[in-house]
Amino acid sequence: MAKLEYAPAPESRAVVEIRSSYGLFIGGEFVDSQGGGAFPSINPATEEVLADVTDASAADVDRAVRAARAAYRGVWGRMAGADRGKYLFRIARILQERAREFAVLETLDNGKPIKESRDVDIPLAAAHFFYHAGWADKLAYAGLGVAPQPVGVVGQVIPWNFPLLMLSWKIAPALACGNTVVLKPAETTSLTALLFAEVCQQADLPPGVVNIVTGAGATGQALVEHPGVDKVAFTGSTEVGKAIARSIAGTRKRATLELGGKAANIVFDDAAIDEAVTGIVNGIFFNQGHVCCAGSRLLVQEPVADELIRKLKRRLATIRVGDPLDKNTDLGAINSAVQLARVRELSDIGEAEGAQRWSLPCDLPPQGFWFPPTIFTDVAQSSRIAQEEVFGPVLSVLTFRTPQEAVAKANNTPYGLSAGIWTEKGSRILWMADQLRAGVVWANTFNKFDPTSPFGGYKQSGYGREGGRHGLEAYVTAGDLG
Amino acid sequence: MTSTADKGDAASRARDLLGVGRLTNAALTTWLHGLPGVDQVGCEARAAALGTRSIKTTAKAWAIDAAISMIDLTTLEGSDTHDKVRSLCGKALVPDPTDATTPRPAAICVYGDMVATAKKALGDSGIRVASVATAFPSGRASMRVRLADTRDGVQAGADEIDMVIDRGAFLSGRYLEVFDQIAAVREACLRADGSSAHLKVIMETGELATYDNVRRASYLSMLAGGHFIKTSTGKVSPAATLPVTLVMLEAVRDWRELTGTQVGVKPAGGIRTSKDALKYLVMVSEVAGDDWLDPDWFRFGASSLLNDLLLQRQKLRTGAYSGADYVTID
Amino acid sequence: MSPTATRGPTPGTSASQANSRVDVRKTYKLYIGGAFPRSESGRSYAVHGAGGRGTPRFLANAAQGSRKDARDAVVAARGAVTGWAGATAYNRGQVLYRVAEVMEGRADQFAGEVAAAEGLTTARARVVVSAAIDRWVWYAGWTDKVAQVLGAVNPVAGPFFDISAPEPTGVVAVLAPQASSLLGLVSVVAPAIATGNTVVVVASELRPLPAVALAEALATSDVPGGVVNILTGVTAEMAPWLASHRDVNAIDLAGAANATGVSWGDLEAAGAENLKRVLRPAGTGTVAVEPDWTLTPDLSRIRAFLETKTVWHPKGR
Repeated sequence: MAKLEYAPAPESRAVVEIRSSYGLFIGGEFVDSQGGGAFPSINPATEEVLADVTDASAADVDRAVRAARAAYRGVWGRMAGADRGKYLFRIARILQERAREFAVLETLDNGKPIKESRDVDIPLAAAHFFYHAGWADKLAYAGLGVAPQPVGVVGQVIPWNFPLLMLSWKIAPALACGNTVVLKPAETTSLTALLFAEVCQQADLPPGVVNIVTGAGATGQALVEHPGVDKVAFTGSTEVGKAIARSIAGTRKRATLELGGKAANIVFDDAAIDEAVTGIVNGIFFNQGHVCCAGSRLLVQEPVADELIRKLKRRLATIRVGDPLDKNTDLGAINSAVQLARVRELSDIGEAEGAQRWSLPCDLPPQGFWFPPTIFTDVAQSSRIAQEEVFGPVLSVLTFRTPQEAVAKANNTPYGLSAGIWTEKGSRILWMADQLRAGVVWANTFNKFDPTSPFGGYKQSGYGREGGRHGLEAYVTAGDLG
Repeated sequence: MTSTADKGDAASRARDLLGVGRLTNAALTTWLHGLPGVDQVGCEARAAALGTRSIKTTAKAWAIDAAISMIDLTTLEGSDTHDKVRSLCGKALVPDPTDATTPRPAAICVYGDMVATAKKALGDSGIRVASVATAFPSGRASMRVRLADTRDGVQAGADEIDMVIDRGAFLSGRYLEVFDQIAAVREACLRADGSSAHLKVIMETGELATYDNVRRASYLSMLAGGHFIKTSTGKVSPAATLPVTLVMLEAVRDWRELTGTQVGVKPAGGIRTSKDALKYLVMVSEVAGDDWLDPDWFRFGASSLLNDLLLQRQKLRTGAYSGADYVTID
Repeated sequence: MSPTATRGPTPGTSASQANSRVDVRKTYKLYIGGAFPRSESGRSYAVHGAGGRGTPRFLANAAQGSRKDARDAVVAARGAVTGWAGATAYNRGQVLYRVAEVMEGRADQFAGEVAAAEGLTTARARVVVSAAIDRWVWYAGWTDKVAQVLGAVNPVAGPFFDISAPEPTGVVAVLAPQASSLLGLVSVVAPAIATGNTVVVVASELRPLPAVALAEALATSDVPGGVVNILTGVTAEMAPWLASHRDVNAIDLAGAANATGVSWGDLEAAGAENLKRVLRPAGTGTVAVEPDWTLTPDLSRIRAFLETKTVWHPKGR
């Protein structure tokens, strides 16, 4: 037992009120489903049922799309940009005001540590609305033509890893550009999207501008395939992304797809090693590794490999796994039983393929879905844990000798979302960044996000960008200049 | 140029460690500049992240008492008098007259001319007396004077000597000079009976300006035989900061791995609140580990911090917030 | 009880004329370094309402700033540059938006000030105040987009990473418009500070009171002291000192239009000593006119007070 043993420091859950069941948010109000069922949303840290959530039917989706169309035609599509902006500023402010409530709810529903929902997810979500609010009356300056026009009704399907943040990535630019949206949150993490519906009400956002339909894959498919949807925005698995790309083929629907990744985090022998260790930890253990751009492949230059792995393990010994509501928790619960099974399966395969497995010796709670921080060393490039997205707190360590070899190994994947470079040599950073086939390259840092900074992948990590000036492109049709 | 202290222990250890036959400025430069760099942004982010740890109830009670026991209760003013120092010693002996269970600070830290007074006032309490020396705080005096200052303090009974390095020499790359000076002061800490006062090496990190320099100065100070590395004199702003202390804790941790020798860390100056002190203890715990969570290996150079810790201690004991009228000055 | 009797500057009439309560009137002071001092010169001047029939209505005595007040304001502005320019663009955007929020909450007060100063009806003044608030919102949205619109990655012919990005020029002296006492004022101050400059503003000479009300809103928003400094007084007295001041990096001459005894050409010439960036007043030839501030702005007032910094870095293994 350590001398300074942290006492429990749980954030109060009293700050948020969870209803026993939720309807759908369509046309500015909560409505009952037409023919859809319901399913429980559980706390993955305890398996406690938090609320029953509606499994929206195709009829519900249709109703939502029609509400969005009506709002687009009637008010939002023709509203002055400055006024749209003011609504988004309001939303940003309300998110800031109710930040603690959202953070606690996100942690309960998702399993992520409160310090991450409190310090990352919610502030960034508010920042996204704030940033895009400013664009609403400045689109003529965005380099997208002199008078960019909205696309229309956007169908958005988001994942469970950053529920509210992904919602903000989707809704903020869509609304700023004059579109209306129907958004489907992931089935395991609907609650903050439903609380966001209340925010829309508090902001007096015109009814139908934002519609939230909850449900599983079938609901998402109904939304994507709905003929009244002009544009699809999806974040999730590459497999589903491909299905969406196929389903819209031959139509005039547009799509942006934010899919899987298998990022290389490349550490050179001249790196600032203590900060690199922190960056590696943040790169793979942030949000339990449920991050599409996670630095799941650590590529270490051979001269520092042993030292780095030793320092990494020593650092991991201080990682605190457990109650996500505890303010000192670093690693929370795996989001679902399904995901836990996937992480376990791939880890077992890694072991079977001959890699050396090291897991942090720690007590895991008896209830809920848990997986300890795990490192695989002696991993071959051909190993499945070096190729497939684990989407969990599992790091594969490979070594390299030269910058060229690092580039070759980093790029040797169907994915291309992100990459990390650790070296004190500036020119090497820029050379490496040029060579890497990835949409985001972090140098001497990792997992950094900002509303001004475009995010998105190369290759099978998807297409389109979210955030920044570039992210607007998906939500407008070019004006006069084309 | 070879080391004038070549015959000393420090120099021979240094030659072994660096793998050189002669300890030259070039050899020291190559070694120090070969240490990994510190990324400022990453270092500060890590320090800030550790600062968000939430220390409650039992952990807080332990940490407050630990922090009190690690204080070098300090007065370093031109206006210091023997009465003032005696008064401060009284405070150290009885930090909180309303609660006899209150731990005592580790040491009293004074100028050399006050050492005898402090020794007498503290008696056999076990509270140590630290003397700043070497023409503190600037160090701008001849080596002869700085060594005489050190010997004065030791002869007056100081248990610990807080020296300052020559920041000018360090910043202009004269590492060997700094090394020799630290080694010489360390020798001057020897007592007639063969024992030695503990040497704390003040790097004045506020003047070193970069974390790379803090790391290099830490290694240089440890190589030259310092028992403790200390951030600041308290006379220069910024004094102690969390990121600087992080770099120093990494240094002592890695130094022990490299050499087997444990070196202590003392942030000094600017640490005024319990909340700050607890952040430092969290950092010690998570970066260096339990071995350093001990007054022998971690100290706070502070004055007003003690009373804030006492207020928090009273709050834990009584359940009500306390105020400045309920703790004694000095 | 009329709105102006309770909210705006009170007419110089006896209390018995309105109702039984004797109003508590406000002292209108300078705004320097986040504080509200009187002029170091000890002077003030009578400010009267515009328009109306008969004798101009006395509104208040405003502080009459001196060259030394201007000098102090420059020191305050210079001191604030590092922090303000160093704040994140996101943070500056939040601060500017906060100004809009605070002004909205005091819209009645501003309307009263503007109505009295400019001789507008209260309804018309409300429109002006709304436009001024919206102007803050417009520029709040620009803080974190300017670099994205004006910056560039330059495809130089060689193995180099090469970017150009805007940076604030530093301390900007601003002669605020003489006629549009609030909307015009906000229209010149907001673009300068949005990008990280700090400003020393000479308020409209004859209509200075809304500027002081704005200062009070700024002081209770999250704008750091010294970022905006507002001097009231005689434009022709203070402007030359600011134009020739070597620690002022740029000057906006908007308020030279219709300012008594002010030649914008002379001010520009004085600014040439340290190559100030000069934003000339609107108009043609030597004639300065005050533009229509109700039009949606473009980027010109932002651009005027930016430097472009280009950074080269090799790319190599």
